[in-house]
Amino acid sequence: MNWQEIEEGAIIKHDIKKSPKTGNWRYMKPAVDKKTCIGCGTCFLFCPEAAIDFDSERKADIDYDICKGCGVCATVCPQKAIKMGKN
Amino acid sequence: MTYQTDKTNKKALTGGAAAAEALRQINPDVMPVYPITPQTPIIETFAKMVADGEADTEIIDVESEHSAMSAAVGAQAAGTRAMTASSSQGIMLMSEVLPIAAGMRLPILMLVSARALSAPINIHGDHQDVMFVRDSGWIQIFCENVQEVYDNTFIALRLAEKVRLPAMVIMDGFTTSHSVENLEILENSVVKKFIGEYNPKNYLLDFEDPKTFGPVALPNFYFEFKRAQIEATDGVIGEIGEIFGEYEKISGRNYDVLESYQLDDAEKAIVVAGSTAGTAKVAVDELREQREKVGLLKIKLFRPFPYEQITEALKNVKKIAVFDRTVSLGSIPPLYSEIKNSLFSILNSQFSIQSYIYGLGGREIFKDDIKKVFEDDQKGREIKYIGLK
Repeated sequence: MNWQEIEEGAIIKHDIKKSPKTGNWRYMKPAVDKKTCIGCGTCFLFCPEAAIDFDSERKADIDYDICKGCGVCATVCPQKAIKMGKN
Repeated sequence: MTYQTDKTNKKALTGGAAAAEALRQINPDVMPVYPITPQTPIIETFAKMVADGEADTEIIDVESEHSAMSAAVGAQAAGTRAMTASSSQGIMLMSEVLPIAAGMRLPILMLVSARALSAPINIHGDHQDVMFVRDSGWIQIFCENVQEVYDNTFIALRLAEKVRLPAMVIMDGFTTSHSVENLEILENSVVKKFIGEYNPKNYLLDFEDPKTFGPVALPNFYFEFKRAQIEATDGVIGEIGEIFGEYEKISGRNYDVLESYQLDDAEKAIVVAGSTAGTAKVAVDELREQREKVGLLKIKLFRPFPYEQITEALKNVKKIAVFDRTVSLGSIPPLYSEIKNSLFSILNSQFSIQSYIYGLGGREIFKDDIKKVFEDDQKGREIKYIGLK
């Protein structure tokens, strides 16, 4: 891409297909215990990568393509439903 | 303070109040503000108008000028019309954020009441603050008097939104910002039609078409973003003429990027920006009465700098006096430097000199790139780029 084709003001269209798969940076991996999870959404709000969504039963659902394994979700979970393990 | 007689569109206002009157007619969406002398009358007068229900702008009282400019960036990026005002140390504190506003191509409007820089502390008018940030990527328009403050506020807004770059409208602290002068005010409906609705090309709250603002750009692309920004900034000079023309139709006042006064047959000329141009016109008139062939060139648009128009305006003048109301410590003053640059192309010089921009954002430069420069045709003021894609 040359300078005449580059995005104005470095404002870039969101395209999930082009986003880097930060999941391969992960050393520790969070696992959700779906039986303990109450679907409160605390981890959803705190996840710095927006890698957590709800599944069809409104339980926390982690996108491992994106999750870097920082462990914030495991720390903030009020139910202790997320545990960090070796990737 | 307003003194208005019936059935005229004339008012007597200070520069600060005239700026506030223009803001009232624009009715911006968001205005993050922080007070500083001699800018405070602008936001103070406007805040009163909002409190009285004459405008419905969201005024945000922030904790510093750094926050004011940061909030303006956020609001403009979100998709609103955001404006602010400042002076002197306030502009210094904003200076971290100013290039971000320009780099993100956000047409924020800032009214500046130009003031000296500390130390020693001084609250009075000069141009050190605006000259300090002259390379920040903002359009800079100087005003001679209260009428120009009012008019340039609309012109700068139209221009900024057209080219998608932020703009400063600069009045001289106290001399213009606090002095009452007569000016002609436009009808609200005429202003509304002239400025139109703000339709951002890109905005953050566009849920249908989400975008990332302010990403990282490493050595592989940073240079290209800056090159595109240079192009946009230089493009201002091509766009401003049409806006001046449209403004003349609604106001009867004819403006240009510079103003030539008694310059046609002048052998000697003064070059100056800001309120001193008014005083200098009187000086020119008195010298003309003594049959001295003197003239004046008033600089209105300082960034981007209209080199070609200035070369044309000064080409027959034999003796030029350039007035800078600032210092460039360790260098020569900026307006003097720019005027000399403008004239370089018509001087019979033994030198051929070419500008090269290289290495922005960490872009590599190699031995062969350096050796190749002497094979180039060196042409005038055009900038060349080494290593640009």
